[in-house]
Amino acid sequence: MAILVDENTRLLVQGITGREGAFHTQQAVAYGTKVVAGVTPGKGGTSVEGIPVFNTVREAREKTGANASVIFVPPAFAADAILEAADAGMPLVVAITEGIPTIDMIRVAAFLRGRTTRLIGPNCPGIISPGKCKIGIMPGRIHKPGHVGVVSRSGTLTYEAVGQLTALGIGQSTCIGIGGDPIIGTNFVDALRLFNDDPETHGVVMIGEIGGTAEEEAAAYIKANMKKPVVGFIAGRTAPPGRRMGHAGAIISGGKGTAKDKIASLLAAGVAVAESPALIGETMKKVMN
Amino acid sequence: MKIHEYQAKQILSKFGVTTPRGDVAYTPEEARGVAEKLGGTVVVKAQIHAGGRGKAGGVKIAKDAKDAERLANEMLGKTLITPQTGPEGRVVRRVLIEEGLDIARELYLGMVIDRATARPVMMASSEGGVEIEIVAAEHPEKILKEFIDPAVGFQAFQARKLAFGLGLDASLVNEATRFLSMLYRAFEATDASLAEINPLVVTRDGRILALDAKMNFDDNALYRHKDIRELRDLDEEDPLEVKASNYNLNYIRLEGSVGCMVNGAGLAMATMDLIQHAGGSPANFLDVGGGANEEQVRRGFEIILSDPHVRGVLVNIFGGIMRCDIVANGVVAAARSLAVKVPVVVRLEGTNVELGQQILRESGLDFTVANGMKDAAEKIVTLAGRN
Repeated sequence: MAILVDENTRLLVQGITGREGAFHTQQAVAYGTKVVAGVTPGKGGTSVEGIPVFNTVREAREKTGANASVIFVPPAFAADAILEAADAGMPLVVAITEGIPTIDMIRVAAFLRGRTTRLIGPNCPGIISPGKCKIGIMPGRIHKPGHVGVVSRSGTLTYEAVGQLTALGIGQSTCIGIGGDPIIGTNFVDALRLFNDDPETHGVVMIGEIGGTAEEEAAAYIKANMKKPVVGFIAGRTAPPGRRMGHAGAIISGGKGTAKDKIASLLAAGVAVAESPALIGETMKKVMN
Repeated sequence: MKIHEYQAKQILSKFGVTTPRGDVAYTPEEARGVAEKLGGTVVVKAQIHAGGRGKAGGVKIAKDAKDAERLANEMLGKTLITPQTGPEGRVVRRVLIEEGLDIARELYLGMVIDRATARPVMMASSEGGVEIEIVAAEHPEKILKEFIDPAVGFQAFQARKLAFGLGLDASLVNEATRFLSMLYRAFEATDASLAEINPLVVTRDGRILALDAKMNFDDNALYRHKDIRELRDLDEEDPLEVKASNYNLNYIRLEGSVGCMVNGAGLAMATMDLIQHAGGSPANFLDVGGGANEEQVRRGFEIILSDPHVRGVLVNIFGGIMRCDIVANGVVAAARSLAVKVPVVVRLEGTNVELGQQILRESGLDFTVANGMKDAAEKIVTLAGRN
């Protein structure tokens, strides 16, 4: 088992004919992901690497049985692409796009309330269940099948953590990048709950960063519910207040959202917090022993 | 993106939010002209992108136009230091001249995006003129909040709840409802990330006005707001950061001595933390983007080395799908064309990592190749010195 994606995932790529969409489709296929359809409005009837392209998500879903969608659509059109996938009843939507206006995401979040679609991202590397299914832009080869779940707001920092785990022989059940934006579809608590219920996941690495209160909410969940060990890291101890550190959501505002507060919350919840980003893998190794 | 108070007031006023009469002035003569038109007592307010101006001498009352000219003359060109500017302060280049008001009450009104509920929230408090963070810490019960459903927008009943909650006289509630609704419209229509009116004032003759105004905008949405983009004031930004933004690089200057160039924002923050953990201090945040190409790397070096405090550079690239040999060639070409004189430690990870390291070693340039993040941090701190 794994969470959210596995060998039964049938992937649809929205924006498959674009440069990024086409490249990462090829990478996903090479990894073994079942990519069954693409959507680019106006290019229905064509194909990319033998994968049929449709004009609408609804048609693609009906004709191919796609049960997950990944979005490689430019920021100005990405919110619309998420809405289209949700309207077509897609169970899982992974939005890679960086730079979607916050107000667009507020409308998306409102639209998704009460629907069954789970959104991951936006502004994220995607999700991978090693050896089974890769959706997104992460390098497949650094992963190794196993029993540690990884959830993170970052992209390359997640690769770093996964690389450390794999180098120590610790495989992963599923790795989810939840995204660096202020409004995201799946938060830490959602991911932790799924890992908590997954018998194949034995421990979790959680990588947070400055800004917002998602890590504090995760700490409260962990304290009350988590049955498995959690290793944490929070990026941005040295970040100055009031400055946006690359990610739209990574900002300390009004004294709130500091790394110090987040680390304190996690420690109080029993999380093993790695002192340095170079020690994430080693900390997990210690915890697992 | 941040804008000046007078610009925020112009935007708000376009949407029907009542603001005091006034205008911006770039010279003492202009200030006098504006004050003459307004007549009577006026307020001279320094325009910088930082709060706390009042206590720092950036807000003064002038009894007439001549006095306004004198005060503007004192303020313009002067460096204003407030708790929000940092010790270097900000040079005042514009002043806002506004009518004086007979104030009965000072209140607080603000709008932000609430991340946890994924909704805009309007906040109001009877504690006007005080920083909202202080009120939130000391008297959280004094902050009233209304969360806004994006499907229907801000509703009149929500405005009435806030107005009555603030203890406004019943005769003022209709006007307050109109005012708050217009603030929401301005916030939504401009893709604002913050709209703060502190203080919101009630005058003795029963008017409601935005005495101060602050607006920030969502950078991701600026592509659809040409008029707001044009309000950007480059004088308010660090020149190196402006240069980096022209290259589409995400660069933030810090106080330390170890420059760092990283791909990805999370890893860039983590690299800064790592440098500090190893005993050094980071000179900057720099995200060259998920797929760092030669051009981005060269410009990144150029920006980092323009900071005279930098005594060493740590390059930390987790290539992912990118090939390390291509990144290494980029680093070599960039270092060669810029004749880098400080020690450079390079940590590469990704496809073809051995080939990438070989390219660095055989370049004839003085690179130190690191294995892993820990090794990289220790090496750069040894070479560049602690703190």
